[in-house]
Amino acid sequence: MRIIVCIKPVPDPKYAGREVLDETTKTLNRQDVPSVINPLDKHALEEALRLRERFGGEIVVVSMAPEASLPLLREALAMGADRMVVLSDRRFAGSDTLATASIIAAAVRSIGPFDLLLCGDETTDSGTAQVSPQIAELLGVPNLMHVSSVQVSDEKTFRVQSQIEDGYMIAELDPPMVLSVVKEINKPRYVTLMAILDGEQKEARVLTADDLILDEPWIGLEGSPTQIVDLMVPEKKTKAEMLQGDARAQAQTLADRLYRMGFCHG
Amino acid sequence: MAETQSECKLWVFVEQRKGKPAEVGIELLGKALNLAEDIGWKVGAVLLGHQVEKLADEILSYGVHEVIVADASGLAEYHNLAYVKVLERAIREHEPEVFLLGATTMGTDLGPRLAARLRTGLSAHCIDLELNDTGELLAVIPWSGGNSLGRISCPRTRPQMATINPGIFDMPPPGTVRGRIIYINGAVDQSDFGYRIVETHHQEAKPGDLETAEVIVVGGYGVGREENWHHIEDLAAMLHGAVGATRPPVDEGWAEGNQMVGQSGRTVYPRLYIGIGISGHMHHLVGIKKADLMVAINQDPNAAIFAHCDLGLVGDLKDIVPSLIESLKGYSQ
Repeated sequence: MRIIVCIKPVPDPKYAGREVLDETTKTLNRQDVPSVINPLDKHALEEALRLRERFGGEIVVVSMAPEASLPLLREALAMGADRMVVLSDRRFAGSDTLATASIIAAAVRSIGPFDLLLCGDETTDSGTAQVSPQIAELLGVPNLMHVSSVQVSDEKTFRVQSQIEDGYMIAELDPPMVLSVVKEINKPRYVTLMAILDGEQKEARVLTADDLILDEPWIGLEGSPTQIVDLMVPEKKTKAEMLQGDARAQAQTLADRLYRMGFCHG
Repeated sequence: MAETQSECKLWVFVEQRKGKPAEVGIELLGKALNLAEDIGWKVGAVLLGHQVEKLADEILSYGVHEVIVADASGLAEYHNLAYVKVLERAIREHEPEVFLLGATTMGTDLGPRLAARLRTGLSAHCIDLELNDTGELLAVIPWSGGNSLGRISCPRTRPQMATINPGIFDMPPPGTVRGRIIYINGAVDQSDFGYRIVETHHQEAKPGDLETAEVIVVGGYGVGREENWHHIEDLAAMLHGAVGATRPPVDEGWAEGNQMVGQSGRTVYPRLYIGIGISGHMHHLVGIKKADLMVAINQDPNAAIFAHCDLGLVGDLKDIVPSLIESLKGYSQ
């Protein structure tokens, strides 16, 4: 079984809110925010590792990311992926979801036939959750999102649980397919020092636009159907009224207010 | 036989499961009618399903100009590839300028696939929409990181697509019927399904659920550690409210994924919101609607959330929350 796992470096979500918009350049200052592999992508990789343990085969990690992210992305190799393809080219910069999906789909085609392509359901940075269904569409294979369980009895049929608003659906599908997973699917393994050293030895290839057969008009900022018109800081409400005193005094004032507004029940 | 041509330039996908429309679809119709009126466009509601005549009539009562219906047994349940096929065909035939969907589990799957099929642009999880007098859609999205919003356009390709979060716009009241129902080709084959649905489970909404709660206490990464999380739950219990979380506590495993409030979680409509240890990221704040009173408790007096709240308390939650519970107990006796 060949499994492809798409991963993306994102600003560490623990530092959410620390980035500030530079009003003049309209860019985000992310200097102080370290990057990590998007958390849900690790769940996708964990699911791939479990399937490989049962059925054998190969796990290839694909990431569109600056070359400087390579050391960070190697964590995926340390977790157990066999090899990695990093798509890095200035011509990719500014790609929206469709352009990103076009580039990743081209990379997947260059890898060859696959059974399963796994992604995190969404990333913590832009959070569009659009790239995985778009990869599936461009590759012409079925997809399911919000996947919380994958069961494979034989290698021909996958039984997949997919979350919907008020419950879930169980569906069967045949490879190849794209599945985007939610965190409930598994608990990603920790990486040992030995595994990190092992990961250092594995192949990580950097591919540029020249290495791929691309749908040229559809990559980068120029090729993106959506364009950013402007970024803005939304109108703020008047600042909060700050309660005074120590913890106890502030708590008492808040309790008084809540009582007067009818929030205290017997 | 040729289909009746749609006169609507703005299409809204009104998703239904088992004959019930998703509220966000109706909310979008209200917004779409407002946007379209200013530039003289008509609004069509797009409905896919099987035996959905009654629902089509219901949707017509919201004042849309057309309900564009594909009614076929193959559309009874949502199979993404079948829905994409029908919608692609209809969009190529009728050429709407704008196509909107709710950012539901269905819309966030269907929208991207359809946009990729049509090679057009889709803005995700929008929190507002503008339509200028040249018919250009500007979609407002929370911008990645920071306390900012982005406005996104789709200048070169059509239709201009967007998914919009539930609960952003008000439900329009049903009114006079003025539109018509037109039927489009809904034919699909089994081979168009992509997957075979084995079973579907629906759970009843429980009281205390976030969407219906009057009081919501939400914890953020500033709660610090799992051992502190009970403070959030204790305060929520004291106020007969529900517990919510921002993303990091969910990632850390202190809270469940279905407790997440914000852009990629739930949209909530409490009377009282209390945010504890929350920095004030837009991805979270866009999920809170119509709160009468918003309170923030944070150790950092400069936390961004204080700019979005009515009342601010600065200090260690391990001191403030137990004190608050004690004081509240005094009132409930």
